[in-house]
Amino acid sequence: MSSLKSIEKASVLGCLHSLFQSPELTQKLKAHRSAASRMQACKPGTGGQVFLDSAAVQAARDPKVLLQEFPVEPTTSSANPTINPNLVAMPHKPPTKEELERRKIVGIHEETITDVTSTDFPGHYPGEDHSWDIERFRRGFRVEFHQNDPFEASFSLIGIDASIANAFRRIMIADIPTLAIETVFINNNTSVIQDEVLSHRLGLIPFKGGYEGLHKFLKPWRKPDDESQVNNSYYDYNTVSLRLEVKCEHNEKAAPGETDPTKLYKHAHVYARDIEFCPVGRQGKYFSGENAIAPVNPDILIAKLRPGQEISLSMHMHKGVGSDHAKFSPVATASYRLMPVIQIEQPILGRDAEKFARCFPKGVIGLEKVTKKEAAQKGSGYEGHQGELKAVVRDPMRDTVSRECLRHDEFKGKVKLGRRRDHFIYLVESTGQWKSDDIFLAAVEHLKKRAQSLEKQVINMVR
Amino acid sequence: MSRARSKKEESAEIESDIAMEEAPTSHQPEDEMSVDQNEDEDAGDVEDDEDEEEEEEEGQRVRLLPGSTPTAASFEFLNEGHTLGNALRYIIMRNPDVEFCAYAIPHPSEAKMNVRIQTFECTTAIQALEKGLRDLQELCDVVSEKFIDARQKFAENSS
Repeated sequence: MSSLKSIEKASVLGCLHSLFQSPELTQKLKAHRSAASRMQACKPGTGGQVFLDSAAVQAARDPKVLLQEFPVEPTTSSANPTINPNLVAMPHKPPTKEELERRKIVGIHEETITDVTSTDFPGHYPGEDHSWDIERFRRGFRVEFHQNDPFEASFSLIGIDASIANAFRRIMIADIPTLAIETVFINNNTSVIQDEVLSHRLGLIPFKGGYEGLHKFLKPWRKPDDESQVNNSYYDYNTVSLRLEVKCEHNEKAAPGETDPTKLYKHAHVYARDIEFCPVGRQGKYFSGENAIAPVNPDILIAKLRPGQEISLSMHMHKGVGSDHAKFSPVATASYRLMPVIQIEQPILGRDAEKFARCFPKGVIGLEKVTKKEAAQKGSGYEGHQGELKAVVRDPMRDTVSRECLRHDEFKGKVKLGRRRDHFIYLVESTGQWKSDDIFLAAVEHLKKRAQSLEKQVINMVR
Repeated sequence: MSRARSKKEESAEIESDIAMEEAPTSHQPEDEMSVDQNEDEDAGDVEDDEDEEEEEEEGQRVRLLPGSTPTAASFEFLNEGHTLGNALRYIIMRNPDVEFCAYAIPHPSEAKMNVRIQTFECTTAIQALEKGLRDLQELCDVVSEKFIDARQKFAENSS
């Protein structure tokens, strides 16, 4: 029985490979087929590692005991008389904390990656309940903020699946409406920049305005079905009118011999700040003073002129979405990355530690002195190294997961790299019309609305 | 503007699709399905009146593809893509009564997204789809709530 006990001790991450190399253990295991059948075989690619739970070994001794000790969690559908293989009662010990942690890690090796896909689906692990439960999700889900500025927000969503996280990201980029210049009516353009190029440049300028007016008052403009009615479709709640009138002239007061065109001429450069907002109807109320519609960055250069050249145009702005045109996207970028994981498995000391730290961006790896306690601990690998520097993981979030450390022989087998599959570090950079954090909230709300309207559609369809 | 036109064209296409009866039939008897649809009808009737006021005459965007049976059905969503498709697929797969769920975008230049759901006998594909959409809404509520909390805490800590 002593050899069986040793299996129990090595239960968490025992290596089946090495177990089978020991002949006496092989004998024992063969004798307990039922135990072997309940072993949690890991996915291939994890170095043949096997999760051998002690309960399975115990079951080999007395299967009845196990059934009593580990009653299967009742699930909602188990009351159903029809057979669902996912719910067939199977004696199984709930996974340990370490095992649950391990399942979340995407392995990053020198040339390969492992365990990329999520496994939290019913039926993936026999006997475990992975059905969707909103309360369980609520308990496991967490948000952490790293930065929250109007133009840049960074935060982590922890405990969510990639498919949902990606939906939020995609919605932020393509489905959150913003106001942008859509139509340009050119009265006169004698500058060197062509009408169509000028119009395109104007369209890409991000604008700001009062929150209430932009998000509640303004509605998207829709082209009427009857084409002849287009001119009757522009209202104060769906169209914002702008004007740009610039004429370049000689500056009489310029010093003789002046070569700088901005001093030599008046309006040699046309900037975004030269665009004039022309409020109509209720727009005066929503977009006055601070709340006026104006370019976020007044210094955007639109065109350059020389004396005698002129730009005279008016513009219509509409609300639109990024899937239609990138100018309507509220974000410059909205992206996420997975939280890096660095596990130092064996001590890295002295000069190696310094080299190790240099393999990572600044601040990821820290150097600490080996304490007396650690040096005294047998089998820790620190014996006799008191006072030397050792490498410790300080801030894995800053890591770029370059895998540089895996290229050096001195760190072979000492470090494991990975990423946390359910930890998403978002970076949202607003163009200025929305606050960055509000864009994310709007995205969540948008996904909810979409699901809601589709639910109605499905109910409609059935009828 | 091209959008409005393409929408029209699509809806015309769908009508012609429905009329087409040569679509592959399933190995399971078809009358089973009609029975199932009648059952669901009663459940949906109650909420119906409110919807029509809110929504701006949006056409039917979801339909059942031919060859579907109660426990194994394909749905076609118009004007949906990977955003909702993958999220919906995930949440439906988390339903223990669902045997199989997948989504596809048959062609990138058509704004269509197909979802295939196969369930065990204890439920129907339509019920699984409805549950998925409901779960997704609940999930969004939790995310919003926790996000606002975290933002509040962060603002307090940094000030």
